[in-house]
Amino acid sequence: MMSSFLFRAMDARAGIFLAIMAAVIVLVPAGNLLMPEGSTFHVPNYAVTLMGKYLTYALLALAVDLVWGYCGILSLGHAAFFALGGYAMGMYLMRQIGTRGVYGDPILPDFMVFLNWGELPWYWYGFDMFWFAALMVLLVPGVLAFVFGWFAFRSRVTGVYLSIITQALTYALLLAFFRNDMGFGGNNGLTDFKDILGFDIQADTTRAGLFAASGLALVVCFLICRAITRSKLGKVLVAVRDAESRTRFLGYRVEHYKLFVWTLSAMMAGIAGALYVPQVGIINPGEFAPANSIEVVIWVAVGGRGTLVGAVLGAVLVNFAKTWFTAALPDIWLFALGGLFVVVTLFLPKGIVGTLSQGWTALRQRKVSEDFEAGSDQPPSQAPQSPASPANVSPKKSASTVPADADPQPAE
Amino acid sequence: MARSSSLLYLDGVSVSFDGFKALNELSLTIAPGEMRAIIGPNGAGKTTMMDVITGKTRPDSGEVFFNGTVDLTGEDEASIAELGIGRKFQKPTVFESHTVWDNLELALKAPRGPFATLFHVISGGEKKRVEYLLDLIRLGSKRHELAANLSHGQKQWLEIGMLLAQDPKLLLVDEPAAGMTDAETAETAELLKDIANDHSVVVVEHDMVFVRSLGVKVTVLHEGSVLAEGSLDHVSADERVVEVYLGR
Repeated sequence: MMSSFLFRAMDARAGIFLAIMAAVIVLVPAGNLLMPEGSTFHVPNYAVTLMGKYLTYALLALAVDLVWGYCGILSLGHAAFFALGGYAMGMYLMRQIGTRGVYGDPILPDFMVFLNWGELPWYWYGFDMFWFAALMVLLVPGVLAFVFGWFAFRSRVTGVYLSIITQALTYALLLAFFRNDMGFGGNNGLTDFKDILGFDIQADTTRAGLFAASGLALVVCFLICRAITRSKLGKVLVAVRDAESRTRFLGYRVEHYKLFVWTLSAMMAGIAGALYVPQVGIINPGEFAPANSIEVVIWVAVGGRGTLVGAVLGAVLVNFAKTWFTAALPDIWLFALGGLFVVVTLFLPKGIVGTLSQGWTALRQRKVSEDFEAGSDQPPSQAPQSPASPANVSPKKSASTVPADADPQPAE
Repeated sequence: MARSSSLLYLDGVSVSFDGFKALNELSLTIAPGEMRAIIGPNGAGKTTMMDVITGKTRPDSGEVFFNGTVDLTGEDEASIAELGIGRKFQKPTVFESHTVWDNLELALKAPRGPFATLFHVISGGEKKRVEYLLDLIRLGSKRHELAANLSHGQKQWLEIGMLLAQDPKLLLVDEPAAGMTDAETAETAELLKDIANDHSVVVVEHDMVFVRSLGVKVTVLHEGSVLAEGSLDHVSADERVVEVYLGR
């Protein structure tokens, strides 16, 4: 049962993606650590961290694609789960500082000493242990998503209303984490980290390790998403996206399905945040900003929603463009991002990957039909369509590419 | 008919939306194995009645029982579907970005929980059942086609196939012939008669020719309650029916 479940995750597209990821995970750290500085193959330190950051963004985009692309839940608050995972990791990193802080308090982080707090708040207990923090990285976003989803999906809040309350969720958390009384460092957040698991967080080897960990997390989560979306559960999710009430009248409890992917997706976002924080060295309430969540949606739309690979590609491409723009033409970036979103929505509604795979399918079908017309005995079999191809399927496309059996009516 | 021997039993069901009485003391009984046609002018409460039976709308008052014993007013859509009531919508509603095959596979009677479907592997028996249904609804050659690419009539048929895949005891079919050509309409009537051999069926329809070709007992709804009941000839001879419905 389990093996067939995992086997389902694999096919040509997944294979290509995994091969590229394997190469990236090996070559980037190797290029950084093994190649001498000045060599053409040397990967500079800043690039390792930057690309590591892209990989965590890609994982966040993957999480959004799972709920949006497959189940039709447009979340405009996923950065909240990302930031919560980041805070859980940040709390662990703060507790690792120990007496090396500015005030040298063995227990209290600097900001608590500064605020004259006498003792550690109860919710900081346990974060000196990595396993506990790692558990919280999954549980805090997971439980929040579960509770939020429980109420939202049971009350059948859908569409734009759900999107708005996810925005409200992340905005509420933003305001809450800004308060010093919350005990998460207020405006400044958590920073000045020293060690992770006993390794110096600034060291090249640690950075390479974090990069590889981000890559591995992305691969594992990709395989999980892939196995889910290709299972019958994945088909039910797409069914919910396309015709929710039909799914309900078939006897599926739609809210359970939504709750399942929503919670899973939030946990993946939490993992992404936890890997992001040690690489950028800070987590502050700015990560909860509603605009961040909207940006994630743009990454997914650019790459192609409902494709998984597209989410990863979109996140990397848009962030690469952002890095380049904010250095070269900082004033233009937001206009470029907005323009990109408009262009993609108008001309590439299926995103880059969606458009490419659609074009490829159409090409293959045309070739098969031509062979058929040229006298081959084989009737043109339909190229296998992804069950997850976006909802706005154009009926014209296959009508024009499948000229054989064009007009069988049910009535003979 | 007594409640205990009925398949579907509605007694004194009333539903109002903002003061408008969509159903007014509606009482209706369907016997096991029966096929019934329901007609009535727009706003007579036909679709609301289906909503009440399938759990989409809760009645303000009245009783709804399935199989004589199961109270449907306390159940939601999913559990009513599990009990064995399938519903076809007025507008054909299929999963457009799934293939015809996947549409049927999703509808097949099987455990409906997320974890059951996550690890589900299609069995030989299920494949045979899908093949059988594809044959029945004449869509065998379209099995790998996306449902979005089907014609209107084919979508109606696919939806009927999905209903059968659930293996329900009772099928509620809302305007199956809407938007069909005459040939398709006749074919659909034949299909429904086939289905009625081993299922109970309630058909809501406007098309009189279609209802006549079914040749079954007819219930006329008007303003949320039953106006007349009997054979089509019997009800169309009723003056009140002629007045409200046939408009002559």
